[in-house]
Amino acid sequence: MQIGQHLPVLQVVIPLLSAPLCLLLRNGRHAWMFSLTVSWLVLACAIWLLLQVLAHDTVSYALGSWPAPWGIEYHLDHISAFVLLIVSGISAVVLPFAGKSVAREIPADRVSLFYTLYLLCLTGLLGIVITGDAFNLFVFLEISALSSYALISQGRDRRALTASYHYLILGTIGATFILIGVGLLYMMTGTLNMQDLAARLPAVADTRTVRTAFAFLIVGISLKLALFPLHLWLPNAYTYAPSVVTAFLAATATKVGVYVLLRFVFTIFGAAFAFQDMSLGPILLVLALLAIFSASTVAIFQDNLKRMLAYSSVAQIGYMVLGISFASLTGLTAGILHLFNHALMKGALFLALGAVFYQLGTVQLTQLRGLGRRMPWTMAAIVIAGLSLIGVPFTVGFISKWYLVLASLESGWWPVAVLVLLGSLLAMVYIGRLVETAYFHAPPKDDPGVREAPLSLLLPIWTLVLANLYFGIDTSLTVGVARQAAALLLGVSP
Amino acid sequence: MDTVLGLYNYWIAIFLMMTGFYVVIAHGNLVKKIVGLNIFQVSVFILYISMGKVQGGSAPILAAGVSSYSNPLPHVLILTAIVVGVATTALGLALVVRINDAYGTVEEDDIHSQDEPE
Amino acid sequence: MLLSFLAITAIAVVRLRDLFAVVMLFGIFSLLSAAIFVTLDAVDVAFTEAAVGAGISTVLMLGTLALTARTESPPRHGTLIPLLVVCITGSALVYGTLDMPRFGDPQAPIHQHVAPRYLHDSPAEIGLPNVVTSVLASYRGYDTLGEVTVIFTAGVGVLMLLGASRRRSARRNDDNKDKGGSAVNQDLVFRVVAKVLIPFVLLFALYVQFHGDFGPGGGFQAGVIFAAAFILYALIFGFDAARAVASPGVLRILSALGVLLFAGVGLAGIFAGGNFLDYGVLASHPVAGQHLGILLIELGVGATVAAVMIMIFYLFTGRMR
Repeated sequence: MQIGQHLPVLQVVIPLLSAPLCLLLRNGRHAWMFSLTVSWLVLACAIWLLLQVLAHDTVSYALGSWPAPWGIEYHLDHISAFVLLIVSGISAVVLPFAGKSVAREIPADRVSLFYTLYLLCLTGLLGIVITGDAFNLFVFLEISALSSYALISQGRDRRALTASYHYLILGTIGATFILIGVGLLYMMTGTLNMQDLAARLPAVADTRTVRTAFAFLIVGISLKLALFPLHLWLPNAYTYAPSVVTAFLAATATKVGVYVLLRFVFTIFGAAFAFQDMSLGPILLVLALLAIFSASTVAIFQDNLKRMLAYSSVAQIGYMVLGISFASLTGLTAGILHLFNHALMKGALFLALGAVFYQLGTVQLTQLRGLGRRMPWTMAAIVIAGLSLIGVPFTVGFISKWYLVLASLESGWWPVAVLVLLGSLLAMVYIGRLVETAYFHAPPKDDPGVREAPLSLLLPIWTLVLANLYFGIDTSLTVGVARQAAALLLGVSP
Repeated sequence: MDTVLGLYNYWIAIFLMMTGFYVVIAHGNLVKKIVGLNIFQVSVFILYISMGKVQGGSAPILAAGVSSYSNPLPHVLILTAIVVGVATTALGLALVVRINDAYGTVEEDDIHSQDEPE
Repeated sequence: MLLSFLAITAIAVVRLRDLFAVVMLFGIFSLLSAAIFVTLDAVDVAFTEAAVGAGISTVLMLGTLALTARTESPPRHGTLIPLLVVCITGSALVYGTLDMPRFGDPQAPIHQHVAPRYLHDSPAEIGLPNVVTSVLASYRGYDTLGEVTVIFTAGVGVLMLLGASRRRSARRNDDNKDKGGSAVNQDLVFRVVAKVLIPFVLLFALYVQFHGDFGPGGGFQAGVIFAAAFILYALIFGFDAARAVASPGVLRILSALGVLLFAGVGLAGIFAGGNFLDYGVLASHPVAGQHLGILLIELGVGATVAAVMIMIFYLFTGRMR
């Protein structure tokens, strides 16, 4: 028995097994340390799997030893391995932060339940990315969704409950639409295995049923990834959830949503069907641009910083979808690249806000006056991550924007390139507001003397911030993998 | 005519789906929304199971003397989906109970107006 | 014709504002769907839908109503946009059905590919008459592991939302000691009948658990019936008595153990030289291994489902006291 051979299933089974074990651990601190260890193991698996994929192009695993399509198959290619890395990497950085943050935000007797749900969410997200079976994807989607609803509801503000409920309703509608779509596809082909579907669909692609299936799947997936105008659940959910939950979900859940979109559109249906027969390109383009502009504009007027960044996330998802809408090698590379880069940016920003909340108890902009002097490390992190969001050179944000502009010019859509740059301008405004308040205003009169956040909170934040800078300078890994993933999805050579 | 008869089952399922869907998006009472969600989901199950039926077949339990069976795969998928549905319902209702504790109401409009002055 | 009844029930749900009636109608809807599933040859699904939809979901909804309001306020918004959305979605679906294989067509793609192997080869590969169990527990066993995890997640989620802190519930127990649960426990007839009935229900649950290989049944249905027996006990003899038999702590452990058992069997497959959830390598003969594996995982499923259902019931009713 070699571990290397069973890696694909271990990637998901390790967190899956650890969740009930975590439930049995009543002590919050033990639960945290246990989850931390599991998360690092999961990251190790993901790195190993990425290496395997880079060496062999695809990795397959037959669960129950039944060959596909009679059994369920795990199937990994570059894009799956990339997203696995993002999810497990973010988790590995967020959990050290969680120790103190969760202890402060969640009642003591619930902490072990919190970590159990966290591990279940991680399991769900990993399971979605690694599976090669459409129905199995639905099952793990629901695991991640249910645990997310429960985690979000734990915020201290009572609006966390309503935010969670709305997310539950919209999320379940989305999942049911996906179920309908998968059902229709199954009806026309007789299979649920993704590779098999890809092989059998061209024969029946010209039927109304398949077109309807496509529509339902796109709508359902868009609900999950919060593409405008189906993003209504996101701002409230991110604003009122506990800090760690917001940071984790903002950096992973929507990325996995984009992955599902890529998988269905490119692998299962094929770019030709999606973009030529169904005209997906213009639709995504318009929605993406609307997302970028409307969300960025709304973000400018927010006083609650978490809410501001939540709207910013909706805009950033727009950037990802924009890249995808071009359906070109550069465009897709840009979109996939932004999956990684946005995770770094938003991860850092939300964790930093979590640190602010930890010390201050609030994230209202007006209360953050003069914080630049009181919490220098935290605010510096926010500044750098904010610059990355805007797209300043030497940060990952710049790399994403660069490729997006390149893709627009390549496709002949130069007005879009201008719009991308305008989007950055809008980001500059809302980040600018934050920077101005923190550095150029005096602290409020009744300032209780806030100190810098503890080291266990600062280290994860700065890990992500430095990653922002590192991958903004040395792009070989990220661009390389993104490009290969894009090529594989499009069926061209990189 | 043949088309209508062959598709009648599916159309009724679709009608039921839309009824459930309508209740979810149009009604403001949180409990009723969950009832609507359930109706929506069960109707999807009816659609799936209708797919699997073979004319003249029997339940997919192997028995001597039976030659034609209905397809077992949709049954398996729907068994899983039913369980997912009840899990969602349980969680949703727990949220409703907590919302009621926090707001004193389970009507969406009332909750919204309580949150407005912010 | 059954379908028409269903449609009428659904419309009634939309129009009525008395939520108690709405929930009852939902229970009827669920039972009618179960009947339809039987006519469509889906006996396992019918069993599960009846137990879960008409049973668990309806009970939970009633519990929620007892804790919240009984009637719905009149709608204040226009219904135009929702109607429009629903019409568009519905038409899209109807459009989609036009190219579908006709209902009952044995030549449909789904009957030509993948499914035939389950029906023809499962006797030799797994050796169980109930093909649904073969597919659920073995061929697509991983989905079932996911399903158990979903139930577990919901259980933990509800525990987190509704679980009172131990101090609070202890104080409540002292206040309610003399009340001791429901008023029903005063009636002797109920108690006697229950004492006779409950063991049979438990026995039936065990029967369903182990007979799932041969007829409709299996872990899920068994777990739900097992939970129903406990709920019955709690309703008649009082919640404190039920808690004495199955305490929340025990349930918590049991729900975790079910998942661990299932995943553990999967790992055992790896240690024995196969892939995850490969049962064939668990015994000397592949078919015997399949039987063993399926037996164990169904037990895991039954345990987690029963524990989570009872736990959720406790959490909802705990709020009512």
